[in-house]
Amino acid sequence: MLHSVLIANRGEIARRIIRACRALGMRAVAVYSEADASWPHVAEADEAMLIGAAPARDSYLSTERILDAARAAGVAAIHPGYGFLSENWRFAKACEAAGFAFIGPPWQVIQQMGDKIQARWLMAAAGIPVIPGSDGALESIERATEVAERIGYPVMLKAAAGGGGIGMVRVADAAGLPAAFATAQRRAQAAFGSAALFVERYLETPRHIEVQVFGDRDGAVVHLHERECSIQRRHQKLIEESPAPGIDPVLKEQLTAAAVAGARSVGYVNAGTMEFIVQGGEFYFLEMNTRLQVEHPVTEEVTGLDLVAAQLRVASGERLPWRQDEIVQRGAAIECRIYAEDPAKKFMPSPGRITRLVCPHGPGLRLESGVAEGVEVSVHYDPLLAKLITRGSTRAEALSRMEAALAAVVVEGVATVIPFHRRVLRSAAFRDGRVHTQMVEQGGFDG
Amino acid sequence: MAEDVKAHITGVVFQITSKAGDVLAAGDPVIVLESMKMEIPVEAPRAGTVREITVAEGQTVQEGDTVAVLD
Repeated sequence: MLHSVLIANRGEIARRIIRACRALGMRAVAVYSEADASWPHVAEADEAMLIGAAPARDSYLSTERILDAARAAGVAAIHPGYGFLSENWRFAKACEAAGFAFIGPPWQVIQQMGDKIQARWLMAAAGIPVIPGSDGALESIERATEVAERIGYPVMLKAAAGGGGIGMVRVADAAGLPAAFATAQRRAQAAFGSAALFVERYLETPRHIEVQVFGDRDGAVVHLHERECSIQRRHQKLIEESPAPGIDPVLKEQLTAAAVAGARSVGYVNAGTMEFIVQGGEFYFLEMNTRLQVEHPVTEEVTGLDLVAAQLRVASGERLPWRQDEIVQRGAAIECRIYAEDPAKKFMPSPGRITRLVCPHGPGLRLESGVAEGVEVSVHYDPLLAKLITRGSTRAEALSRMEAALAAVVVEGVATVIPFHRRVLRSAAFRDGRVHTQMVEQGGFDG
Repeated sequence: MAEDVKAHITGVVFQITSKAGDVLAAGDPVIVLESMKMEIPVEAPRAGTVREITVAEGQTVQEGDTVAVLD
């Protein structure tokens, strides 16, 4: 077993990983920027090392500084969490080259699945449905026009090197293509350092359903069932749940089988997620996240399994701790992400000092929080403060526990999305499971 | 009459998208701020000519700070 782990992350996920290390008797080393000295993950780790200034490129995104800290702390492994360097194959490769176990898949797999065009080819070759679109990067606007005509408008332009919904541009018709192409190229270049684009059919009201997978070094791959993540803003998730409400058992079987086949075909090791979009009875591969996801607790609550501990075990060279038939989905769980954003102002960020924080407790309620009273929520990082997760023997029970939890949690000093969550939970569409990824932006939960 | 263009949010100046002498329509971006991984344009409150940009890329601005002056 690995004796110690450096956590190249911050906030709630750093605390979650510290907890898993403790449970397995591993030493947990935190890193932090100058902005985070008073944050809880720094105090809770066995050791914490200042790695740089507040801007992420000088701290949490600096491979060099993180590796220096790992050497100084004498750790055996590095856990990247999510975001930051977690899907950067060069970072994973640099960790291995420096003699640290990277807690995630092999860097070659991160590279393959991180290139969205290559990932699409690989998955299509493994027999998994992909969204109709260009077979590769578009070399010109003429080519984009040709493909768009073939697959039919509306279409979506996406950055080949992208992810997380960043830099995508929807195009309604041929007239709008030239301007959209220029915008998408500019965004792709700024965000990912490459202006390469591809085009796909744009589905109007799809659901986002994903499957948690897990592999080990002996080639075993299992799934841990699905998560419904259709409640999103700016293509980023706000609410996730498992099971996906009302999912057809045949479709579910197809999704989980495709997820396992896809992961197996690339030699996947450790925790990962295969994301699909679903419209009617059809499903298409969207992308694979080659890391632990923000919403992993939803899966932990319905399966009773500890995904982060399993990550540490598998990275230590152990085999998967569970067989497929031991992984059972029981009851239902839901997660609401508590972001420092103002839902009344189109989810604008709301940085500032947390002046008051009251966290509820109760049966079936789990809180994964990165913050404490008095901490400064910085402009430099993602606005996720905490995650509320509830479970129940039924979806209705999980939802009513979530409503109670949302009514009880108090965050003062910054605006949060809690009022939005309360509106969603009360809405008939959400209660009935009639959700799709465009609902928030179409104003489906306003008023 | 000159008018200050103010940041409506705390953030870091990500990009300066206009310069002195540019003629802007109401709603055109003057600069772009980055806050919590989001790019947020600061828009001209009315039509006018940019007299001066008062911030530099990479600078942190607080909500209400002046980022430009519009003639």
